[in-house]
Amino acid sequence: MKLPKYGIFSASIKEFFSTLATITVKRSITCRMWFLSWKIENSVLPQRTKISPDLVDKLESLALVDFGNQEGVNCLEEAIRFADQLHVVNTDGVEPMDSVLENSAALRWRDDNLKLDDCAWELLQLATDTVEEYFVSTQGQIVGRIICAKNPTTL
Amino acid sequence: MAASSSGNRILFPPQMVGVVGLEIHAQIHAASKLFSSSGVRFSAPPNSLVACFDASLPGTLPVLNRRCVEASVMTGLALNCTINRKSLFDRKHYFYADMPAGYQITQQRLPIAVNGSLTYSYLGGRKRNQVVTKNVRIKQIQLEQDSGKSLHDDHRNQTLIDLNRAGVGLMEVVMEADMECGEEAAAAVRELQLILQTLGTCYGNMAEGQLRVDANVSVHRPGEPLGVRTEVKNINSARYVAKAIDYEIQRQMEVLDTGGTILNETRAFDSKSGFMPEPNLPPLFVYESVASVPAGVDPTQVVVIDRLKAILPELPGVKRAQLVEEYGLLPEHSFTLVNEVGLMDYFERVIQKTKAEPRKVIGWVIKELLGNLNQNGLRLTQSPISSEALAELLNILESGHISTSAAKVVFQEMWKLPEKSVKQLVAELDLELISDQEQILQICRRVVDAHPEEVRVIRAGNKKVLNKLMGIVQKETKGRTDPLQVRRILEEMTS
Repeated sequence: MKLPKYGIFSASIKEFFSTLATITVKRSITCRMWFLSWKIENSVLPQRTKISPDLVDKLESLALVDFGNQEGVNCLEEAIRFADQLHVVNTDGVEPMDSVLENSAALRWRDDNLKLDDCAWELLQLATDTVEEYFVSTQGQIVGRIICAKNPTTL
Repeated sequence: MAASSSGNRILFPPQMVGVVGLEIHAQIHAASKLFSSSGVRFSAPPNSLVACFDASLPGTLPVLNRRCVEASVMTGLALNCTINRKSLFDRKHYFYADMPAGYQITQQRLPIAVNGSLTYSYLGGRKRNQVVTKNVRIKQIQLEQDSGKSLHDDHRNQTLIDLNRAGVGLMEVVMEADMECGEEAAAAVRELQLILQTLGTCYGNMAEGQLRVDANVSVHRPGEPLGVRTEVKNINSARYVAKAIDYEIQRQMEVLDTGGTILNETRAFDSKSGFMPEPNLPPLFVYESVASVPAGVDPTQVVVIDRLKAILPELPGVKRAQLVEEYGLLPEHSFTLVNEVGLMDYFERVIQKTKAEPRKVIGWVIKELLGNLNQNGLRLTQSPISSEALAELLNILESGHISTSAAKVVFQEMWKLPEKSVKQLVAELDLELISDQEQILQICRRVVDAHPEEVRVIRAGNKKVLNKLMGIVQKETKGRTDPLQVRRILEEMTS
């Protein structure tokens, strides 16, 4: 399978890592049942990707995620390594799917009817900072932290 | 390179020309938003029209508004586009406080409509009375979400967020860089605005943000490669469209003239990055005709292009041509009638109530009425002279009770005193044409006798001096004589 370029990775990096955490947990469970697991040789995989400091900066600014330390970079490189395994699959002539439901699900729409919603009122009560029914936005950049999954699968 | 006195026109050095493309965001006129059921209204209390989905609460999903699909298909049809039977939704990721999700749902890969064209006109030529018609290609029309509003409170150094607008449906109309200057761009925007208003898909009120224009501007010498583009973003006033674009063209030319280079600052990241398919929305299908809808599909879940084609209203271009044909108007007149809000209806109401010829009526409507409205900064709805009143005035003129110059005087009085009737004013101002032939002859004789020198000159062959005598008669009679009649009498008397 041809992997999407880093451009798309950077855009959904939060989603990717949350997915990774899930996969990692599942895989470690599979490994315990050794008669069902399989190992992929390093030789069939592409070269291990190294993340340059420039790329780290760019990803940090695109994703507003702070991971510019060795642990964070290692985490990202391990995640890419894990995804590299997908190269083993032959996907010639196969169009990537946007969603597994895209061929079966029909896009259902609704009529142009108004529904009164008090959601914002509730949210305003919960927000830490409001000014006269406006939400107050944080100044400067919003930065989150990547939390690495414990025991990422190493190859 | 100076701006000429007649408004937008800028004198370019003969070699360089401007290249202008537009991205226009039109808010879809609908009761609810694109993917949620909260309302769409300008000036509502802050954060009162926000559904959980608009605030990007986890667990919420987009549900497409059928009206928005129909609106974009109708707009595509009116702009001669190919409607894509299948179109896709994407996420465009960027971080801004007024976009809680961190991405905007848009249609980047495969939008709802592509490859259309827009024909627009403006009044050009030295006297600005010649209709110049141009064409601009429409690259695509895509459905996308609007963002919320952020207000910057510099006093307390914070940003306030109102999500009322977050998620409102937009049609982004992308026009290719076929335009050369601000005037052309403004005319194209105006025509699009008229079309959208006629369709009812967007009310196009720029002051309320219902129509916003981003312009891509560059300059180059014809035949050479295109120059570096800069963006003029979020123009939200019709008057400012031309000014802002021309200013940018002029700025770029000045920079290049002095040997500098144009910097593109707005695109902080490559426009291709930050996109991914929207996984929560399957492809959007619209069908050509009722026959092409597959069996078993719920009819309420179907948009049929043919049905929408059938209910397309008459577009402005058609209306203009009809006015020319029906009333024998000049193209520039029908252009003005359709261009000014409500003027066409006003004109037709006057026509209905008067015996005067359409060509005469149009002169009054455009020169006198519109001229005065513009001078006083009034809209047609604020006109002190109603269509009935104008019709009455024209009827009195037609029946020969007053002269044209007298009618103009009455018009000005009607403007100042709208509560008085036309008949009243004519009587009060004593402007009724003198019908007594004897009286006219007497006055003419008096004038002729009082100016023997002029009479001698006329008899010697200089007929132009006759105008002077005519002027004196008109002044004596306070314009209450028919000029043609007076001329005839004077000519006789001085022959």
